[in-house]
Amino acid sequence: MKKRNWYLTLGFILTGIIASFIVMGFIWTPYDPNAIMAGPKFSPPSFEHIMGTDNFGRDIFSRVLQGAGSTALIALCTVLIGALIGIAVGALTGYFGGIVDEALMRFNDALTAFPSILVALVIVGVMGGGKYNVILALGIVFIPSFARVTRTAFASLRDVNYVKSVRLMGAKPARIICLHILPNTISVLLPAITIGFNNAVLAEASMSYLGIGIKPPDASLGYMLSEAQGMLSIAPWYAIWTGGVIVIMIFAVGLIGEGLQHCGRESM
Amino acid sequence: MKYAAKKILMLLITMVIVSFLAFAAFELISGSAADTMLGTDGTPEQIAALEEKLGLNRPFFVRYFEWLGGFFTGDLGVSFRYRQPVAELLAPKILVTLCLSTLSFLLILCFSIPVGLLSARDSSGVKDGIWNGIIQLMMAVPPFFTGVLLTWVFSIVLHFYNHGQFPGLQNDFWGSVSYLIYPAVAIAVPRIAMTMRMFRSRIQNEMRSGYVPTAFSRGNDRKQVLRRHVLKNSLVPVVTFLAQTMAEILAASVVVEQVFAIPGLGRMLVSSIGDRDFPVVQALVVIIAFWVVLSGTLADIINQRIDPRLRLGGGAK
Repeated sequence: MKKRNWYLTLGFILTGIIASFIVMGFIWTPYDPNAIMAGPKFSPPSFEHIMGTDNFGRDIFSRVLQGAGSTALIALCTVLIGALIGIAVGALTGYFGGIVDEALMRFNDALTAFPSILVALVIVGVMGGGKYNVILALGIVFIPSFARVTRTAFASLRDVNYVKSVRLMGAKPARIICLHILPNTISVLLPAITIGFNNAVLAEASMSYLGIGIKPPDASLGYMLSEAQGMLSIAPWYAIWTGGVIVIMIFAVGLIGEGLQHCGRESM
Repeated sequence: MKYAAKKILMLLITMVIVSFLAFAAFELISGSAADTMLGTDGTPEQIAALEEKLGLNRPFFVRYFEWLGGFFTGDLGVSFRYRQPVAELLAPKILVTLCLSTLSFLLILCFSIPVGLLSARDSSGVKDGIWNGIIQLMMAVPPFFTGVLLTWVFSIVLHFYNHGQFPGLQNDFWGSVSYLIYPAVAIAVPRIAMTMRMFRSRIQNEMRSGYVPTAFSRGNDRKQVLRRHVLKNSLVPVVTFLAQTMAEILAASVVVEQVFAIPGLGRMLVSSIGDRDFPVVQALVVIIAFWVVLSGTLADIINQRIDPRLRLGGGAK
């Protein structure tokens, strides 16, 4: 009998709830997130303002919705860039091997010496903040880790029997890579993507917390948390809500990743 | 010993590559240092003169090796902003960050290994699910959020310490250490969870391998099997993982130092990036990278002590 994968179920439910809130936030928020004096200053959570208000009387729930939306969007784009390029590079070097592979992997080893968030910080610091620069910087920084994971998977499948036999049947490398090997690496790649997403959320939030990255008027959970830190003694709920949303986001996607890893282990 | 020597040689090579990457990258992004120092109103003649004086008009590789040589003799260049040698500027800050990192590394070590061992017992069913849930939740908490929560609880509500008033290591060493405990906890929480998760699954995997029933059949109890056989085998990847943790601790401390207003390398890095003070940023990036490679090498050497199989193979991963 197949055991139920609770991680996956719970993860998808939680992610679904968050995603629907985020989508709602793009279309409709209870108040204008930037409207000053949408309510009284520093009002604790109530029916009118379910997460309370901040020092300008802005509705925190609306702001959190918007911030979560932009954080999630940035993380998605980052993962998209990192995964697409990283998987392409990893697949090619892993499949063909040779000197290019060796050189790239040594280069990759050297790159791991630089903590990725540091590199992203420096890149954004030099290029200037803003949504697109943050996405670009984080995307670049995430390429090596995806390339590494993909390369390992491809290198281990390069000479297994089914690959050998399609090669004998005359299949072109492009066909072998895309149709035969790639589907079999999914159990490794999907968890890597969820981990990448979480790291991207974390990195984006850290960077905007530091004030290097997303700048107002663009909302970001990290920036809001740094704002909230100044009001901890008067309005602790502001910090708790913003940070809490980051935690729930990472937790939900992390559960999916854990579930996928369990799936992969069972099918092997 | 031969293994260690080989690893140290590899370490030196990696350091050269890493420093070269950093040097080349900063060469690319910082443009002309003379331009930056003179600001917008430097005439071309002034810029040329300053470049001459700073030696910027010489070939790239000459300057790289000079810079690298300077790095190992403690000459890290001069800060654009403070007009002060970078080494002087960073020395006191390195100590603070070293203290913070050591504290949180100790926390990670002291919690994740025993608790990981304890939790490995429950390898299926509801208890396993609960452990995994706790681990997933801990992994999801960003260090800076833990930092803000700790500030709220311990500084604002309970008044255990004065937020933002780091006493300084020279003035009050124990006072500083007790202040650093909070950021150290903030950094450690997700890493404790990750190390536990890894250690747990290693032990559980090892427990399924063939030598375990044999060991039991010879009359060992669970404790003895764990101590004599399983533990050593599960420790190798954990040591490697802990070395990678060093890098993560440093990265997290960049943010957490900001949360707690601690004058360490991280704060210096953030403010230097803001000021475009490239000599300082460059020195910091290279110091951090060296730190990371060094801990990796240390892990390799420790692993070789633990696992005799690595002594034969040499560079086996």
